[in-house]
Amino acid sequence: MEKYILEMKNITKEFPGVKALDNVNLQILPRHIHAIVGENGAGKSTLMNILSGVYPYGTYSGEIYVEGEECRFKDIKESEAKGIAIIHQELALVPTLSIAENVFLGNEQTGRGMVIDWDKTRTKSIEMLKKVGLKESIDTRVMDIGMGKQQLVEIIKALSKNVKILILDEPTAALNDEDSKHLLDLLVGLKEQGITCIIISHKLNEVISVADEITVIRDGAIIETMKNEKETVTENRIIKGMVGREIKDRFPKRNHKIGEIRFEVNNWNVYDPKDSTRRVLHNISINIRRGEVVGLAGLMGSGRTEFAMSVFGKSYGQKISGTIKKDGHKIVLNNVNDAIKNGIAYATEDRKSAGLILIDDIKRNISLSSLSKISKNMVIDENKEIKVGEEYREKLRIRSSSVLQKAGQLSGGNQQKVVFSKWIFSDPDILLLDEPTRGIDVGAKYEIYSIINELTESGKSILMISSELPEILGMCDRIYVMNEGRIVGEIAAEEASQEIIMQCIMSSNKEVVR
Amino acid sequence: MNKLYSTLRGNLRQYVMIIALVVVIIFFQIVTQGVLLKPLNISNIISQNSYVLILAIGMLLCILTGGNVDLSVGSVAGFVGAVSAVFILKMDMPVIWAILISLAIGIAIGAWQGFWIAYMGVPAFIATLAGMLIFRGLTMVILQGTSLAPLPAEYTFIAAGFVPDIANIAGINFLAILSGIIATIFYIIGEVKNRNSKKKYNFEVLPFRMFVLKIAAISLVINAFTYLLSLYKGIPAVLILVVILVLIYSFITTKTIPGRHIYAFGGNPKAAKLSGVKTKQVLFWVYVNMGFLAALAGIVFTGRLNSATPKSGQNFEMDAIASCYIGGASTSGGVGTVIGAIVGGLLMGILNNGMSILGVKIDWQQAIKGFVLLAAVAFDVYSKSKSRTV
Repeated sequence: MEKYILEMKNITKEFPGVKALDNVNLQILPRHIHAIVGENGAGKSTLMNILSGVYPYGTYSGEIYVEGEECRFKDIKESEAKGIAIIHQELALVPTLSIAENVFLGNEQTGRGMVIDWDKTRTKSIEMLKKVGLKESIDTRVMDIGMGKQQLVEIIKALSKNVKILILDEPTAALNDEDSKHLLDLLVGLKEQGITCIIISHKLNEVISVADEITVIRDGAIIETMKNEKETVTENRIIKGMVGREIKDRFPKRNHKIGEIRFEVNNWNVYDPKDSTRRVLHNISINIRRGEVVGLAGLMGSGRTEFAMSVFGKSYGQKISGTIKKDGHKIVLNNVNDAIKNGIAYATEDRKSAGLILIDDIKRNISLSSLSKISKNMVIDENKEIKVGEEYREKLRIRSSSVLQKAGQLSGGNQQKVVFSKWIFSDPDILLLDEPTRGIDVGAKYEIYSIINELTESGKSILMISSELPEILGMCDRIYVMNEGRIVGEIAAEEASQEIIMQCIMSSNKEVVR
Repeated sequence: MNKLYSTLRGNLRQYVMIIALVVVIIFFQIVTQGVLLKPLNISNIISQNSYVLILAIGMLLCILTGGNVDLSVGSVAGFVGAVSAVFILKMDMPVIWAILISLAIGIAIGAWQGFWIAYMGVPAFIATLAGMLIFRGLTMVILQGTSLAPLPAEYTFIAAGFVPDIANIAGINFLAILSGIIATIFYIIGEVKNRNSKKKYNFEVLPFRMFVLKIAAISLVINAFTYLLSLYKGIPAVLILVVILVLIYSFITTKTIPGRHIYAFGGNPKAAKLSGVKTKQVLFWVYVNMGFLAALAGIVFTGRLNSATPKSGQNFEMDAIASCYIGGASTSGGVGTVIGAIVGGLLMGILNNGMSILGVKIDWQQAIKGFVLLAAVAFDVYSKSKSRTV
């Protein structure tokens, strides 16, 4: 029998009314990268929260063994003492403190008493930065470095506590390809230094490229744990395990007719809201036809979100110039209300912080943009509101106990469906969808794609911003490529490929350098 | 039974505050040997607390927008009271005009503060702290350091008057009894309607027996209350004012678009803005409204005191803020009800009154109120953290 560094036996965890985990058994081999995959709400995060002591001993049943010794963690401190560290999706860094200060936060290097030994802090930090290949000064404030580097600081922080088992929850969700690759290489490096990693990820290609073992969780139970040996594990096999059925086409087919030009933006220029000399968008011109899905591809920070938001009632930027035409007529959108009135909707990339009111229930979130539709003389007809809520809950298959459930309690996919419901209810002609499937599992993605298809079939026009190239290629009729605030390419779907899109970006980079 | 438990749990805070209010009333009723609920004392409690309740309604809206408070309301109330007294006593203005112009001044003050907060981005805490100093100073300036008194009866009627009876039968105020009965009828109709529509959509409702029990209990309280009022001079004019304000503001906050926009803004300003809520306007009008209610409270308080003094209105803001938080408002915004703020205000008012009857000194009263505020909010935080980990 192999000796496991970590064993979780018969773990069962219930929330009021739901069994989140049902008799889960998980074994992790030392010096391995173990990936856990599953749909949102399958129980991955719950399992990791139990392991790291967020849910203390007694709130679940079952046993945890670390290096053969039974552990009953009461809080995170206790699990950390055993060498278990968890890095959540939302990073736990203090943006206004320096890298070195963050690394030793809560674990300050002291000389005598409560006095911080700065020499020790600095030398240790420099050493650790080198170890993970982070090329930054240790005095740089965390708010001044990018997400990828912040992620590394979190890892350094964990390493400084002599971690043995490192848990990463969606570590690459917010990173671009280059940063993701660096991070994954680092994990492989750490493995060689004797650290065991558990990663939770939706990005199956990454999982397959780095993991030694892959465990699939569905509905609170482990479906299978597979050894990631050559050629035996494919994305399709994992997806089949995750959703319980085979998804033949990841992108549903649609029967839509592309019509005349519906929406046009010409010579769109926008300046940074905080710095009126910095131009963020340069002469952008795009158009969308009736029933068309137009993709906006590009790297993080290429200005896609800024473009969509500045079009949507000048919600971003200053000194905005350019024209917007709808059905051939010029329109002026000075605020969000103008945009909504003119039949334009914008679903934000950040559902939780800018898309939903998490403490409000589903029906109130759906009605928020269109309250005048369900009210008379400013008085809201609550029965109508419930009816509308129910209608969309059914139509978009929002999995919830009722329309009175709070948006904050829903899974990512269902939250996105609420956002979609809100905008579909506002009856727009043009929908600007910003990363519509970010952080959503495979099954829910398929459902979101189907909704997008239904919308185009009913004649609506869609601009889809996405960082996932396969999604852009699978869903769009036409693709604009953006880089550094400029449109650097327009490609018809039939001619597009990942290589061509990346070439557009890379060649435009060269031009800028020249 | 499980279902009942979960419905109760969902509204735990609301029920706990009402239960706490009842417990406090019973406690003081016993230790004051029945003085607390004497008809005269009930009228007193109403007029003593009316202005805090009026302020609490406005303050709740401020707090809903994201834990913003208005520290200036006490000073504004004092200032407007002083201005109205100057109008009447020094400028011989008719009372009705003096009151209307004073209210308009309150609205203007609210607009002034709303402008700095909503459009210039000055944090509400700072803008209203400045307002607190400015209007306290101006109060002293226009009163020149002295008090103005006495005020005409038309003016003091709002604060100290009683609605004339329609038919006095054997020393019992008939109007009070009648209004109690009418209020009960409206209440029962409302509850039944509400229950039926909830049932129609298969939402959880209280079991029928509990429902009847609840209606019976509340009807009893309403009628016992109006009966006690009828034994004294009947319905205080200020009670009518407060009840009307509560009804209007409950309606606005729960049933109308502006109310919904206030909650949405408090719940998540970014999401509200991207959903078409005009967030700056919401914030602006909330403070305009606060200015109006502060002016109203100032007029009521000046009427009750029958004089305008340089110090009147001091610390009112603290009582109003405490009422909202005791009544279940969230410090991060988006959560809270008008009724909650009123229950919180009454709880503090009855504590005050009960302790005064017992002869507890004012300094101790302050300290005890402080403990109550801390306990109420600590309980809330505790019960929330518990429901999260279970």
